[in-house]
Amino acid sequence: MGKQTLSFTLNGEPIQIEVEPHLTLLQVLRDKLEFTGTKEGCGMGECGACTVLLNGKTVNSCIFPALEVEGKSVTTIEGLTDGQGNLHSIQKAFIEYGAIQCGFCTPGMVLSAKALLDENTKPTEEEIRHGIAGNLCRCTGYLQIIQAIKEASEQ
Amino acid sequence: MKKFDYLKPHTLDEALSLLNQYGNRAQLIAGGTDVIVMIKQKKLFPDVLISLQGIPGLGQIDYNGMLRIGPMVTHRAIEKSELIRKEFSALTDSADVLGSVQIRNVATIGGNIVTAAPSADTAAPLLALGAQVKLKSMQTERTIPIEQFFTGPGETVLEKGQILTEILIPKPLPNTGSAYWKLQRRGALDLPILGVAVLLSLDKATVTCSDLLCTASPISTVLHSLEGDEVFCKEVRIALGVAAPTPMRATKAENLLRGKKISDELLKEVAETAAKEAQPRDSLRGEAWYRRDMIEVLVKRMAMRCIERILRPEETIFPVRLW
Repeated sequence: MGKQTLSFTLNGEPIQIEVEPHLTLLQVLRDKLEFTGTKEGCGMGECGACTVLLNGKTVNSCIFPALEVEGKSVTTIEGLTDGQGNLHSIQKAFIEYGAIQCGFCTPGMVLSAKALLDENTKPTEEEIRHGIAGNLCRCTGYLQIIQAIKEASEQ
Repeated sequence: MKKFDYLKPHTLDEALSLLNQYGNRAQLIAGGTDVIVMIKQKKLFPDVLISLQGIPGLGQIDYNGMLRIGPMVTHRAIEKSELIRKEFSALTDSADVLGSVQIRNVATIGGNIVTAAPSADTAAPLLALGAQVKLKSMQTERTIPIEQFFTGPGETVLEKGQILTEILIPKPLPNTGSAYWKLQRRGALDLPILGVAVLLSLDKATVTCSDLLCTASPISTVLHSLEGDEVFCKEVRIALGVAAPTPMRATKAENLLRGKKISDELLKEVAETAAKEAQPRDSLRGEAWYRRDMIEVLVKRMAMRCIERILRPEETIFPVRLW
């Protein structure tokens, strides 16, 4: 069970790293690469705190085998700003609407919102609810989150 | 988490040969949304995971005479397939309500079937659609009806060294509709208390109605106001999930309806029969009596939805969600 070389693109940058084959994508992101924006909640693929984009689609990184991202493109919350420290319009809307309480679900929630808006630029409220169903907010501030995503979609 | 090796074969033959070589020490992995969770929960202890992700051809949907779904097709791909939505609606209904977007992007239909949870969302629709599954080992290949695939909770006829390589669904008869309902406590991200799938083929797709407002009325009203216009059931399949140790067909109920004139009373009788045939149990998610009562309600409702989808095909688009 020796280490294997894993090559992928992380937030637009090529990455090559030696990893143990049993690691999840979340472990590689947080523990090896120190990209700690991605959170671990339940660790069982239920809560969505660990959501990242894989080739633009959301996945729960806590149950995703790291070796399966070989050759693919991963986007974490760190990759959402424009490089000059300017926040993404979804992040701005979250701040404006107070869609953040404790903040733990926020990175995953923002990425689910991004995947939703990339696919459907003008979602209805029901489509927004359906799109973020896999992201639990235990502060239960869902209303503001839905309003923020709606606002971001209108820009 | 237990340490394991992770192998990524590039062909089916290579995967079969690895499976043979490692035997009980190996576990196949598709999307991993069950396998990785089971390893984390210490329910599985593989030394080696053999990934099917890198094998070309297992992730395709083809429709040529019959629908062929590769086992690595994700629930998200099924949910998004217009062809499946139009012709095999029950499968769309089930893919759309399974897990979350994150899970559906990764979890595969093959994995859902092979894990064989009594609550597997795609099982009942596949039974109702008359699906068959192809099982391949190094030496043999056989295709069996999906009814014969499940043998118990978490148990299937799949033998060591075999891989499920294809799901085949016959082209439906003309004037066919199908529908699935997942009864769950929450609006999303839940396991079903019950899953009910119905496929219905009628002898015609247009009816004359005595009431001019009929096009806007619920189908139950339409059935009452048919003006001497009789609609017959040519084919029906009723499948139930979480209603017995394995996903099951309610064949007595089907026999009551097949070839008969559709009426509100008959559908009620069919639904009652299906409820009697089921063998639900008391569990954390629901008690047996409740499941039985709801089978009666939902079988009739899904039959109605099939009729609605046949008579008003443009309205097949909306899987109803309970928010």
